[in-house]
Amino acid sequence: MDDLITALGAEFVQLSLTPIVIGILAAVACALPGNFLLLRRQALIGDAISHVVLPGIVGAFLVTGAIDAFPMMIGAGCAAIVAVILIEIIKRLGRVEPGAAMGLVFTTLFAVGVLFLEITDTSSVHIDVQHALLGNLESLIWFDADGWQSLLDPAALATLPPQLPRLALVLLGIVLFIALFWKELKISTFDAAFADAIGIHTRLLGFALVVATAIAAVAAFDAVGSIIVIAMFVCPPAAARLMTNQLSRQISWSVAFAVISAILGYVFAGYGPGWFGSPYAVSAAGMIATISGLILLLTCMFGPQRKRIGQGAEA
Amino acid sequence: MSFLDYFIDALFLQAGYNSALVAIGAGLLGLAGGGAGAFIFLRKRALVSDAISHATLPGVGIAFILMVAFGGDGRWLPGLIIGSAVSSAIGLLLVEWITRQTRLTEDAAIGAVLSVFFGLGIVLLTIIQTMSSGRQAGLESFLLGSTAGMLISEATTIACAGALAAGFVFILRRPMTLVAFDPEYAATTGINVRYVDLAMMGLALIVTVIGLKIVGLILIVALLIIPSVTARFWTNQVGLMIGIAAVIGGLSGYVGAALSAAAASLPTGPIIVLVAFGFFVISALFSPLRGGLASAMRHWRFQRRVHRRQGLLALARREPIYDGLTLRILRHSGMIRRDGVATLRGRIASQKAARDEARWAMARRILSDDSAVERYDGLTPIEDMMTPDQIDEIDRVILDQNGAPA
Amino acid sequence: MSNAELIAEAGKIVDVAGKDAPLTVRGLTVSYGNKPAVFSIDASIPAGSMTAIIGPNGAGKSTFLKGTLGVVPRLSGEVRIFGKPFAEARDRVAYVPQRASVDWDFPARVIDVVLMGLYKSVGLFRFWRSRHREQAMECLERVGMADFSTRQIGQLSGGQQQRVFLARALAQNAEFYLLDEPFAGVDAATERAIVAVLKDLKAEGRTVVCVHHDLSTVAEYFDRVLLINVRRIAEGPVDTTFTAANLQETYGGRLATTHIDELRLA
Repeated sequence: MDDLITALGAEFVQLSLTPIVIGILAAVACALPGNFLLLRRQALIGDAISHVVLPGIVGAFLVTGAIDAFPMMIGAGCAAIVAVILIEIIKRLGRVEPGAAMGLVFTTLFAVGVLFLEITDTSSVHIDVQHALLGNLESLIWFDADGWQSLLDPAALATLPPQLPRLALVLLGIVLFIALFWKELKISTFDAAFADAIGIHTRLLGFALVVATAIAAVAAFDAVGSIIVIAMFVCPPAAARLMTNQLSRQISWSVAFAVISAILGYVFAGYGPGWFGSPYAVSAAGMIATISGLILLLTCMFGPQRKRIGQGAEA
Repeated sequence: MSFLDYFIDALFLQAGYNSALVAIGAGLLGLAGGGAGAFIFLRKRALVSDAISHATLPGVGIAFILMVAFGGDGRWLPGLIIGSAVSSAIGLLLVEWITRQTRLTEDAAIGAVLSVFFGLGIVLLTIIQTMSSGRQAGLESFLLGSTAGMLISEATTIACAGALAAGFVFILRRPMTLVAFDPEYAATTGINVRYVDLAMMGLALIVTVIGLKIVGLILIVALLIIPSVTARFWTNQVGLMIGIAAVIGGLSGYVGAALSAAAASLPTGPIIVLVAFGFFVISALFSPLRGGLASAMRHWRFQRRVHRRQGLLALARREPIYDGLTLRILRHSGMIRRDGVATLRGRIASQKAARDEARWAMARRILSDDSAVERYDGLTPIEDMMTPDQIDEIDRVILDQNGAPA
Repeated sequence: MSNAELIAEAGKIVDVAGKDAPLTVRGLTVSYGNKPAVFSIDASIPAGSMTAIIGPNGAGKSTFLKGTLGVVPRLSGEVRIFGKPFAEARDRVAYVPQRASVDWDFPARVIDVVLMGLYKSVGLFRFWRSRHREQAMECLERVGMADFSTRQIGQLSGGQQQRVFLARALAQNAEFYLLDEPFAGVDAATERAIVAVLKDLKAEGRTVVCVHHDLSTVAEYFDRVLLINVRRIAEGPVDTTFTAANLQETYGGRLATTHIDELRLA
């Protein structure tokens, strides 16, 4: 019991509370739009977008010459939108399958990002490929917190890592987007031709969904890195699809899975090695992705709705 | 010596034994990647290779840990390659298993496998960083590839393996072409489609693991995808497309490696990818067969033909024309005046179009079995599709029915 | 005659056919790539009629329907629905796409699909409510699918899926129904049920257009036909237009003469 109190005491608030909350926010912000991407067979858009974040931030650095979160997020967002438009153009122009167009665009843009990193003098500043991939979840600690009471202390709250309010805002925006356009998203995802005919702007909505995805990816990568982003776009929604046959329930499940992955992943990464006698922690981002994968594996084996049924089984 | 001199030296393998080996290895790798990628592209599974490449990372980590645990050198390249091959094979099988066993589609399975395996790999890398062996530095280079400071033994390994992979593509090209072109037909000729599919994926896997050291696991997928997308612009023939993809892949690998050998600051992987992308851009814009400019021109001309024909028919039937584009086209070609009245030329052309329509309509009735009727597109003059005898016959029937010439 | 005079004259002609007819199409051309799928089609569908669009496979029947609704881009031509551009008359039209055009593995129940038809009556930023559910249930009742309302759509047979699609269209409470191959791959009971519903719609004064492929039932189900093979071949009442000569022209060599003889032709 004493152990538990210590574990959840002042040190926990200072060192672990904010990373866990940020991890949860990032995971949920990605999992929500991921549900629609999954059903639209666009699951890999998230993958493509998170790869082009790197050229985006490098580009922003080259333009502004400063390491500042805001222009970098703008840069990453722009890169994501450029990538999506390029993918669309290549799909139409070359009449190639979306997967090939995506692979072509994101590898090229990623290559541009790496190239810029290498040929410009960015060694003095803190951007590197590893950071973009892994994030720095573990370092997002809350210095001024000295216990749970700090949650009520405005002075302490003001020193929260900026990623936390930023992600909270993005998550709120995504929740609003999905809630307000619930009908439109549902109808156009199920039957685009019908949606067009009844006056839903399916193209615009599809683009808005991709933009929401890009915003989630950009806000999340800064805190947690690209790996979680890709994993959270796909794994929780996919696992949730195998649990239920109703869209609203699927979304609830995906949120639950995202939260569980974030908490367990962080805890295992931080404390897990200690249980094996190692003094070091492992990558929290990697562990969160791994846990989400394990959840998906379990639902693939035991999920109540894992099988295709009826007419769908033939397709 | 200028950059260009270095580049030309490197291009002709004069920039040192090591760079020459790397360039040859990258060229062979590109050749194999382009060829194998073309098959995968034709089977519409381009991004499966992305799952394969990301799934190599845990294998690299585990192989390193095992080799150190057994007292060896954790960085021994063949060992790392075997480890990455095993784990990406597991990833590939998982993609297949998820797609077959559950209702999830292949793209979801790919996304899940690539992100989770990559995450697991990163966890393993952070474990390795804490290991006492102290020789872990360098594993990160598998993310982005690096040829700087490559050992001669490593370069040789890559060159040999690249040649092996290119050889495999050459040997397996016939069954894979058949399967890529028409799997059902291939099955009737006694080819086991599933084995061939697996062989294709196996080839992609080999290309991926060889390419890890040069291009890195994030960008290696470009060598499988970009050459085939590029080749598709130049031909509609499966066999030719695979050949072109292999050549473009080979050139990209070779030229890219030479470029980066000439300028030490240029990372090899990204340069190879960008060279391949350069080939893509040129092809996408300028290929006469499917390139953007040619397609846009064709579409524009086609739209004009449609509007012109419709406008002339409307004139002949004395119907009003509302469509702005139709009016513009008729005006520009001197068929109508500014106020919309048909000119003499317009009247003649519209009469001809109307006669053509009448003949086609009759042709559909009396010659309904003729192949020309089947190919009728509403635009081609009947003289281009039928013999004068046939047209005379059609005119006679029209005359009989109407009592007056059309 | 100048173009302006011609427009005035044609206006009179259109008046005769009904200026506010449910559907007036002039010179509709849609192409995929550089080959027209439908070329310069004219059509006009009078109110309260039941029209079958007939033609061989690949003749552009579905494309014609999609082109009129702007679901695929038009290369040229003009479409008027109740005398207005489609965007302004959208709420008076219900479109039933081909059953195979959607992914039936989508996580939704039967009632969820029918509720989609009530989209306009729910309003922007609002959710479906219980009264919408009641309306949806009534529509399911009409197609005999009320017992299946909570069934996952992937579990339905082809015929049941088609009925659900029809129920969704009924929920739209439109004046003009456009159906793409509603009888393709459905069982006989479903076919009878759908025909009964469509005839009810006609009896209520609504207009129905179906892409149809079974020539043997045309005369029984419909009162008008539009024959298409890339071009419009003929359009008019079944009695005068559904003739052996027109069918021969539409289907070319693909329709054996003996087959035509078996049909109940005018």
